[in-house]
Amino acid sequence: MWEKLCNDFYINFIKDDRWMYITDGLQNTLKITFFAVLIGIALGFLVAMVRSTYENTGKLKILNGICTIYLTVIRGTPVVVQLMIMYFIIFSTVDPGQVTTAILAFGINSGAYVAEIFRSGINSIERGQFEAGRSLGFNYAQTMWYIIMPQAFRNVIPTLANEFIVLLKETSVAGYIGLQDLTKGGDIIRSRTYSAFMPLIAVALIYLVMVMVFSYLVKLMERRLKRSEH
Amino acid sequence: MKKNMLVMAAAVCMTAVLSACSSGSTETTAAAADTSAEAAEDTTAAESAKEESAEAADAGEESTEAAGGTLIMVTNAEFPPYEYHENNEIVGIDVDIAKAIAEHMGMELEIQDMAFDSLIPAVDSGKADFAAAGMTVDPDRQQFVDFTDTYAEAAQVIIVKEGSEIATPDDLAGKTIGVQTGTTGDMYADDIQDAEVQRFNKGMDAVMALTQDKIDAVIIDREPAKVFVEENEGLTILDEAFTEEEYAIAVKKGNTELLNSMNEAIKELKDSGELQAIVDKYIAAE
Repeated sequence: MWEKLCNDFYINFIKDDRWMYITDGLQNTLKITFFAVLIGIALGFLVAMVRSTYENTGKLKILNGICTIYLTVIRGTPVVVQLMIMYFIIFSTVDPGQVTTAILAFGINSGAYVAEIFRSGINSIERGQFEAGRSLGFNYAQTMWYIIMPQAFRNVIPTLANEFIVLLKETSVAGYIGLQDLTKGGDIIRSRTYSAFMPLIAVALIYLVMVMVFSYLVKLMERRLKRSEH
Repeated sequence: MKKNMLVMAAAVCMTAVLSACSSGSTETTAAAADTSAEAAEDTTAAESAKEESAEAADAGEESTEAAGGTLIMVTNAEFPPYEYHENNEIVGIDVDIAKAIAEHMGMELEIQDMAFDSLIPAVDSGKADFAAAGMTVDPDRQQFVDFTDTYAEAAQVIIVKEGSEIATPDDLAGKTIGVQTGTTGDMYADDIQDAEVQRFNKGMDAVMALTQDKIDAVIIDREPAKVFVEENEGLTILDEAFTEEEYAIAVKKGNTELLNSMNEAIKELKDSGELQAIVDKYIAAE
């Protein structure tokens, strides 16, 4: 039993330097997730701002329309289809590279979800806070930035963290465009060794550890923010 | 009343027989049982119940025939002309050969479509009886499955864009190469010096990436390559093949009974010329 496990481990990871499929894949997964999160936050923030400005003041009607279409299309189609559209249709003539293509696809996808998270955060702040800001002489943007956003952000941290965990795991479909991410790395080993156990468990464990570390960091941040509340 | 009892008894018997057959006929069984309940009340209904149970019995007979045994074949139906989807059906050389073999063995054939790199695990774990997917006999694979006698000559060829600077397999060094994950082309591409290998789930996706200049060449089996080149303008296959190889059907390691009867069937198909006829049907003779 033990010997068989050792042998399996040797064949799946040590022989022919197969562990490199996993580490190379992990690098790509991290790269894609990190930059997609940045794009997601930026895009989500902008869209949420436009949407709640329209809701509160009735301004930015056209921009709000565009944002609504963006949310509908992105949330209405699966991310793997969006990824293929990005790779085979949008970037059919120019090629920015697979990783960049994936970053854009996942970033734009995540942005739609983050936008709604931010908007629900903004809506969760009492209208009185807003009015208080305005009566203190802040203009709309200042009220948003100094009074609403800090409170809204703290409210949405758990949901936001959830979205990024989902995003990290969603990048596992990047293999569809021939990109070697963590999941694909495991698949390549599987296609060489024909054994399912080791590569799949290894890949699963790595995702699990990444999510656990991330959750821990989020917990630390939440605790810190809570302390500054008092 | 006596007649009623008889009809009921018949219906009950039928129900028992049918439910013993297969799960597929559960619906007919239920229907027969329902009608038998009505039959107890009304003799006219009993007549129609008789007819219905007769029909149900026919259906039952059919499924007993099929119960002679089912062979489950796994394949990756993205690999024309060996296996591909057409009119909502999986067709191709491998499919026709598998059907002929199953017929020879007096068994029903069931085809399941899955990713190429899952085929051997599916056979190895006993989820499928055999894999027929234009699979090259290869020592690495032989550690996990047994191969039947080979039934087709094959080769890995290189597809490039017309006017490409790649003219021989040696020119692939340092280039970006597209392959289908888990195919022999994928394994060989690993050994090419300084080459970047991009692995796609489908051969067609790799070819599409080539037409969009995302990669420099695609290594794939010869016959699918011909189909892909025909369907996409501006592509060409290098004259010099990358490797020569042979296809065979993979069965679970140690299942000599199935292996032997399949080999027997393949031999007869070869001898009778049926195998060649199947190949000719899909590949125009050169």
